[in-house]
Amino acid sequence: MVDYLSPISWLLALSQTVLFIMAAPLFVNWVKRIKCYLQNRKPPVFLQSYRDLRRLFTKQLVLSHTASPLFRIAPYIVFGTSLMAASVVPFIIAQVPAAAMADAIVLVGLFALGRFFLALAGMDVGTSFGGMGSSREMTIIALAEPAMLIVVFTMAMVAETTNLSTIIIHTLNSPLSLRPSLLFAFTALVLVGIAETGRIPVDNPASHLELTMIHEAMLLEYSGRHLALMEFAAHIKLMIYAVLIANLFIPWGIVTDTTFINILIAVIAITFKLAILGIILAAGETAVAKMRIFKVPTFLAVAFTIALVGMLSAIILEAD
Amino acid sequence: MNSYTDLPLIEQAILTLSALVLLSSFALLAQSRVIATIKMFAWQGALLSVATVLVASDTGEHHLYFSAAMTLVLKVIFIPWLLIYQSRRLGILRDFDAVIRPGITLLIASALVIFCYSVVEPIQQYAASITRDAIALSLAVVMLSMLMLITRRKAITQVVAFMALENGLFFAAITTTQGMPMVVELGVAFDVLVATVIFGVFFFHIRDSIESLDVDQLNRLSENTK
Repeated sequence: MVDYLSPISWLLALSQTVLFIMAAPLFVNWVKRIKCYLQNRKPPVFLQSYRDLRRLFTKQLVLSHTASPLFRIAPYIVFGTSLMAASVVPFIIAQVPAAAMADAIVLVGLFALGRFFLALAGMDVGTSFGGMGSSREMTIIALAEPAMLIVVFTMAMVAETTNLSTIIIHTLNSPLSLRPSLLFAFTALVLVGIAETGRIPVDNPASHLELTMIHEAMLLEYSGRHLALMEFAAHIKLMIYAVLIANLFIPWGIVTDTTFINILIAVIAITFKLAILGIILAAGETAVAKMRIFKVPTFLAVAFTIALVGMLSAIILEAD
Repeated sequence: MNSYTDLPLIEQAILTLSALVLLSSFALLAQSRVIATIKMFAWQGALLSVATVLVASDTGEHHLYFSAAMTLVLKVIFIPWLLIYQSRRLGILRDFDAVIRPGITLLIASALVIFCYSVVEPIQQYAASITRDAIALSLAVVMLSMLMLITRRKAITQVVAFMALENGLFFAAITTTQGMPMVVELGVAFDVLVATVIFGVFFFHIRDSIESLDVDQLNRLSENTK
């Protein structure tokens, strides 16, 4: 069992979070590289995301004269919530002491808090693009969040807890079985993750085309270190979803008792899982075209229905 | 310990497939194009036939293999082919069938599933079969098909809904009693086949008389349809 007061476990949790954050740009860049290979383009170098962030951090900050203090603090709040969320998710060690403070529902709440400030910041300066991006983001999220919560509830029903660490331990300890509820929860989580992190087919992270952008439209007025923080937060969020998908449903390899060799195995395992996920994501983004914005509610309705069928089958088929 | 994990893999697979059949019912409800509806119906038939094969090998009831084969031939290949052929001849293959408020329909559908579960729960205790948990799902498939019958306007999608309803009944028969007697199943399959053919003839009659397959227009009694 995890000792919540021992400094060692907190130290491990802290270093895990630092590793998580540092790995996030690498994962984003990995997806980019695979996409470039698939589309016959020249891929960026491995550390390109870090370079971009460093460049943005050192660049001069340009603020619109209509910007309110909220516009200035929003990047820190957005980044802070991403940081908090990243510290809750079990990455290499299953039993994170921070998971006792925040369970899966709080995780959804943290995302919502960050997004709330992101949307406010988008509207703050008063450009039409920012407002458009914010309204679109809110429309999508209002539909994605219920689906996400139902996925959380399904997981909670199967593992009888909403604590992410305990869910993973439960999955590791129970015998291998084919559960329809987890199958549907997995599919729904992938769909919701695509919508929430703004990947194709919902939003194109690489596009600054006026009429289609959602996430980029909200960041349009940001520059310098603010933009860097916002981009970094977006990277962390994609990483969080990837790690959630990898560790909740395929947890094998994660550390349960802390020895050096176990941590080494866990690092290799999670790297392998994330690499595979990145390849799948890149292949999916290459194969699918961005959908019309009015089709997105249908996409999310599908995710919601799948999540709901998952929860219903947990109740109907898998109850004792 | 959860008893679900103690089930053998094949029974877990049957339950997973039954959940997929339910999902295909939801998908049928949400499809708006005629061709997509027919294709989804074929998928449901395929899932059903795989589920039947699994039940057959799990229980050792060999006549279920025939049912599975019949499902495969009739509901996956022949009836969808016939429906697609007819709608192509009628020129409505790519038509939209306006689903009445898809969001609300899906919510009603979820409510129906929960209703079916609460209705079936007392019965489940007396069912001896291992797949008794799927009874609620098969009833839900029947109810969702009825909902689809209500929410559709075009005759051809209503026929698909009717066939899906029969799928639900067939599924209920498999999951509760390990299949009906062979004679009954043959009879039902033959009935469904004949019904499809007769419906096909009716499509043309309906279209000839009201120049559309929108059955809402049948509500009007006057001769001169404007």
